[in-house]
Amino acid sequence: MTLDKEYLEYPNRKYGMDHDLYDWSILQKREPVKWPNDAKVALWISYSLEFFPLDQPAKPFKAPGGMVTPYPDLRHFTTRDYGNRVGIQRLWKVLDKHGLKASAAVNSKVAERYPYLVNKINERGDELIGHGVDMGKIHYGGMDDGEEQALIKESLESLRQASGQPVTGWWSPGKSQSWNTMKHLAANGVVYCCDWGNDDMPYQMNEAGGNLWAMPHGDEIWDRTIIMDKKHNEEEFVEEVQDAFSVLYNETDKYGGRVLSLVLTPYIMGLHYRIKYLDQVLGWIKEHDGVWSATGTEILDAFKAQTG
Amino acid sequence: MKPDLGLYDYWPYEGRPKIRWPNGAKIAFWVAPNIEFYELDPPKNPLRNAWPRPHPDVLLASNRDYGNRAGHWRMMEVMDKYNVRGSISLSIGLIDHHPELIEETKARNWEFFSHGIYNTRYSYEMDEAQERAIMEDSLESVMKATGQKLAGYLAPALTHTERTMDLLAEYGFLYTCDLFQDDTPQPVNVNSGRLISMPYSLEINDIIVYNAYLGTPRRYGQMIKDQFDQLLKEGEECGTVMCIPLHAYAVGHPHRIGGFEDALEYITGHSKEDVWITTGREIAEYYYETYYDECLADINARKGG
Repeated sequence: MTLDKEYLEYPNRKYGMDHDLYDWSILQKREPVKWPNDAKVALWISYSLEFFPLDQPAKPFKAPGGMVTPYPDLRHFTTRDYGNRVGIQRLWKVLDKHGLKASAAVNSKVAERYPYLVNKINERGDELIGHGVDMGKIHYGGMDDGEEQALIKESLESLRQASGQPVTGWWSPGKSQSWNTMKHLAANGVVYCCDWGNDDMPYQMNEAGGNLWAMPHGDEIWDRTIIMDKKHNEEEFVEEVQDAFSVLYNETDKYGGRVLSLVLTPYIMGLHYRIKYLDQVLGWIKEHDGVWSATGTEILDAFKAQTG
Repeated sequence: MKPDLGLYDYWPYEGRPKIRWPNGAKIAFWVAPNIEFYELDPPKNPLRNAWPRPHPDVLLASNRDYGNRAGHWRMMEVMDKYNVRGSISLSIGLIDHHPELIEETKARNWEFFSHGIYNTRYSYEMDEAQERAIMEDSLESVMKATGQKLAGYLAPALTHTERTMDLLAEYGFLYTCDLFQDDTPQPVNVNSGRLISMPYSLEINDIIVYNAYLGTPRRYGQMIKDQFDQLLKEGEECGTVMCIPLHAYAVGHPHRIGGFEDALEYITGHSKEDVWITTGREIAEYYYETYYDECLADINARKGG
């Protein structure tokens, strides 16, 4: 057995990245950023409102949280729906209690099915960001380009119409992209995307002449990852968020303003037996001076104003 | 296949009719032990294997059988100690296999609801007549063994068809435990008759906590208490329902029973004005008498929010 000789050829072996989507850059070697009012840490909370269709295709895979058992998987369909009905109300109450803003990532199918949720997001002053059409519509390498353009257009047009918001942020269902996703996002007025988990600060994508940015939107410090995937319990979740906050907070003396991006899922963190732990850790964060609660767009705007 | 069966309407968890349970209680609390029978050598369902290993799967089959032989009796003693009746999610076939278990729980005035014939026979790919046969068998067998008319249903191993809810309503079942969208009951959209979804749980269900969240027994007790506190508080606005689903093959082990007992002691330590300790049937009957119409009207008035 042998491999083709191309297997030992490395055409992209050069300084920096092996692609041109964004430039190589070291977090700790950048100019410090100052947040408004000399805040140390920008606290960016985001949550997702998602529709998982019972006939969710595995094309090319099922988004996390999707159907598991043979059709009709009522157990997963209804437990996900719990988040849109009950869990989100608990998250909102806790955010209100601590006076925190958030960015809401919404499937356009959710906006169409539950206009109530969009109205509440607007009433609260949360930022609405695009989250694809529904959790059965994954963007992936090799998908039909026309199909992807149509999905992005459908999602953004529907969300903009429903909310009246500009909708300039984007989080792809399942954090999955094709080679063309960012090009189409930029062409449709998206300014930042949440899919790349490779930094703690915003950075510029090369797409659209540098007009598309990646926001730090952890795939690690995410209730789904910590609780559902790693199986850590609620008290451990609190510890992990506190530890993350403390490290970032202490880094600011040396490196300038930081972002703590906390990603929440209403059907996970909004459960009756979990919500008090979110309340607890957000209360703990709020006890610190120099915490700036902001939406994705507010953070990015402050960042761009200094970094050009 | 459909993206949504339309079994219930969207109903935001705020501004709902102010439900109060008997004695003005804010939370209705029920315990649902799953008393299941797992066949050692069941026929194969095309969409799901009963056992992961070739039959006989000694490791897992004996793990399940532990519940009926040992775990159940330990769990029942704890429930007796705190005067909590169970609402049994029953593999109907167990009536024939282990009548002692039926007699003992019947003597305690526990409720029985159907969980299919065996937990090794799934609804997938059943035709309508077969699914009807399960419900008819359930109704007849429970009536004969206990004198109870079945009120509740939890599909065997949570396996459903598109018609399950319509059939339940047609047969006069009062509630289904198969829908997990809420912490209060809700009218289910069915072709004929009435049916409500009863909050059961795939969260503080012992099997989910131990096997999916990999929680420890003491952590399990804490989760139950945390959920109770939250739903009691929210019950001020609109009465809530909390169910602890159990499996004696899980919670009934010596290293696990303590976490559950701790939580049960905590909950039963509350007053009658806070918590109504009851059964699935009693919650359903009370709901139909008092709030069904009002809730349905509220849902219809708020369609789409």
